[in-house]
Amino acid sequence: MRFSKQGKIRFTSHRDVARIWERALRRAELPIAYTEGYSPRPKLSFGLALSTGYESHGEYLDVALRDPLGDAELDELPRRLAPALPEGIEVQAVVALPAGAVSLQQAVTSCTWHIEVGAALPSAVAHAMADALAAPELVVTRQRKGRSVTDDVRPAILDAEVLGGTTIEAELATQPRGLRPAEFLAAVDPTWRAGRVTRIKQWTQVGGARREVIDLPPAATPPPHAEVRAS
Amino acid sequence: MVSVWTQLEPHLADVEKPARYIGLELGAQRPEHRPGRVSWLLTYPDTYEIGLPNQGLQILYEILNERDDAVAERAYAPWGDLEAVMRRERIPLFSVDTHRAAGDFDVLAFNLSAELTYTNLLNCIDLAGIPVRAADRRPEQPLIAAGGHCTYNPEPLADFLDFVVVGDGEEVVSEITAVLAGWKASGGTEGSRRGMLRELSRVEGVYVPSMYEVDYEGPAIRAIRPRYPDVPERVEKRTIADLAAWPYPRNQLVPLTEVVHDRLNVEVFRGCTRGCRFCQAGMITRPVRERPAEQVRTMVSEGLRRTGYDEVALTSLSTADFSGIESVVQGIVDDPSTCGQVSVSLPSLRVDAFTVGIAAQIQKARRTGLTFAPEAGTWRMRQIINKLIREEDLYGAVTSAFSQGWRRVKLYFLTGLPSETDEDTLGIYELARNCVEIGRSYTKGVSVKASVGGFVPKPFTPFQWFGQNTVEELYRKIGLLRDATRRSKGLQLTWHDPRATLAEGLASRGDRRLGPVIEQVWRRGGTFQEWSEHFRLELWLEAMADHGLDLDWYAYRHRTETEVLPWDHISAGLHKDFLWQDWQDALAEVGLPDCRWTPCYDCGACTGYGIEHVVASAVAPAGGSQGTGQDLSTGHLPGTSVPVELRSFRKPVGASS
Repeated sequence: MRFSKQGKIRFTSHRDVARIWERALRRAELPIAYTEGYSPRPKLSFGLALSTGYESHGEYLDVALRDPLGDAELDELPRRLAPALPEGIEVQAVVALPAGAVSLQQAVTSCTWHIEVGAALPSAVAHAMADALAAPELVVTRQRKGRSVTDDVRPAILDAEVLGGTTIEAELATQPRGLRPAEFLAAVDPTWRAGRVTRIKQWTQVGGARREVIDLPPAATPPPHAEVRAS
Repeated sequence: MVSVWTQLEPHLADVEKPARYIGLELGAQRPEHRPGRVSWLLTYPDTYEIGLPNQGLQILYEILNERDDAVAERAYAPWGDLEAVMRRERIPLFSVDTHRAAGDFDVLAFNLSAELTYTNLLNCIDLAGIPVRAADRRPEQPLIAAGGHCTYNPEPLADFLDFVVVGDGEEVVSEITAVLAGWKASGGTEGSRRGMLRELSRVEGVYVPSMYEVDYEGPAIRAIRPRYPDVPERVEKRTIADLAAWPYPRNQLVPLTEVVHDRLNVEVFRGCTRGCRFCQAGMITRPVRERPAEQVRTMVSEGLRRTGYDEVALTSLSTADFSGIESVVQGIVDDPSTCGQVSVSLPSLRVDAFTVGIAAQIQKARRTGLTFAPEAGTWRMRQIINKLIREEDLYGAVTSAFSQGWRRVKLYFLTGLPSETDEDTLGIYELARNCVEIGRSYTKGVSVKASVGGFVPKPFTPFQWFGQNTVEELYRKIGLLRDATRRSKGLQLTWHDPRATLAEGLASRGDRRLGPVIEQVWRRGGTFQEWSEHFRLELWLEAMADHGLDLDWYAYRHRTETEVLPWDHISAGLHKDFLWQDWQDALAEVGLPDCRWTPCYDCGACTGYGIEHVVASAVAPAGGSQGTGQDLSTGHLPGTSVPVELRSFRKPVGASS
């Protein structure tokens, strides 16, 4: 499933969202499959975590069911789940995966973000962005496994453009080493702090082409049942 | 409408757990405020995680919002990081439902479940932009009220509270609303505010501290007198007679983020008649009022369906005493619509009522932890506190638990009880260690956690005259237990900070002179005193010294039979001479049976209010004790077959029924 997370609910954490989904699916009386063992858990798996405070136009969740749903039921799913979900989380599209299929979101290679730079002048943002993109490398120091490491993150910035004002649209790689929006800002200008951050798209590579994990058509209402993309 | 959301939002990304402040829970309401409606801001003076699950607050939230003449929203204490922002940016305390400023409400009503939240209460009033002292408030500012168990001695907060609700709130909040509505409609001026408070003091269950005067003679209280003839000499608690008429909460709040007690909570009965002498909750909530078993079943199944929770707790002071408990638990676990995925939690079990039957039922679905509360380490001590459980009862209960597959058991104990000897204290270790041994015979990896708290004597209990143990004495006893448990595998000891025990004792049996102490502790940064990382005894000690108040007088002194106690003008229905007699019986190591099943000994609770115990079934629960005629060692009802067969089956996960 592809779902959005917008508004006040952006202040819940990734773990909170997992719990919200578990309860919503139960409220909607979906026949979720559970793990075996001492403490059975519902078989849900989530895509890339979204930081607390960020919004998103598309997050991903796989749900294993005990019994498959028919086409009509799949189409119904967004409407069936809507009353069970809190304000700000909405199902946009549902895709049936064959049993045993690898989740497409495991293969996310990059994300497109809208990132507001807080307390900065548009001209300063534009200049700093231009300089950063022109630079041969952008070295930052990050913590990894408790040690400080320095990395050149320039290759992870696949695309970046100032959208006007102080909002940057940036495509940041998630593999082999992901670059997070806050790290991206710090790499361009260490004094910058993020304002509003929104994940716009999650990209995967399918047959040499870049595609969203689940596409939404440009129209306002998403297709209730999107086709499975061949991998 | 004064919403603070736009001021607040930019800062939420910078504070811990911002989800505490956004509302949006399942069950959250956005009531419409109107001039004719009395608006209540129900506030829990601790963090969201602690306050959200509070049943009392949720019950009143629903009841008030169902009325045409009232609206209710919720607030919780902001954590220190957000508080700093709020003070700097001049953002007032707000409701999480609509982010309405606290000053915009008619009443700020605090739930007082723990004395160490008193400084948070003051902090919340201050954050709301309201003077902390009642005498300094203007008529257009909200009234400050309090409810919850601490209201049985609200005297330390007398200077800060406009009115107090003693006892069950379900009915009285409507009566209070009517008085406030009348006052608002009449224009709500200064002179009339006093008149309105005086009218409130005549509502049964409402205590208005400013309507009473206290006379002192040195450190002692000579008298507590009403100022006017129409103000009652004693404030009687409110008791709802029929829990079935109040099936609340109907729509329990389901949070978006982590909170304590995060499951469906269904109250199965209120009140308790076991008569444990240390237990204030048991004493002040008499008589017992059970919810009909059928209503419990309905509330559970509808609640689970509505909320999507996979765990339900059947709450009360002693749930295994609920008549019909086994069939209720069985019904929940066997309900086909939940596919065996629902686990049932029975908080704070009495060991003599936890049988193999109940254990077998609960373990069918996902296990939660098991907690028992033996409270004292020796039979002699248990007679003194009137928790008449024999060692065999405890061992029987843990045997039931371990044999049905549990691996972890928690045991609650108190130390610092009246006439406790070191032998009694070490008895805690003996009991716990024996439980580990029993567990080991079933599986190697068992763990028993013994949690020991320092005893604080509470108002309206037979122990209210007892001088509590000093901090040094409590440390010494904990030291004995630490030495004993040091090399005991599978046994873990935790204990409550004895310094916090002292502070709790001061607030618990303090009088009005404690007010300035609490205010000073607050002003010097002493908020969140319930939290071990924030508790600072030195603030309390300094404040006591600065105001010339003696620790010995308030905490360590044994009271005398005839002295005026600071809460003598409040009534929980219990005759004071019954409590004194029970205190004497305690010192003589004499026990008192459970009056639900044995003749009444006239404590005053039922006779005073014309109410009787309401029980769902006439048959005493299995495994009971204290005069039910049952064999305490085996827990079997006379006439049933022995032994009970242990049914150990688990419903396969995911199987359809």
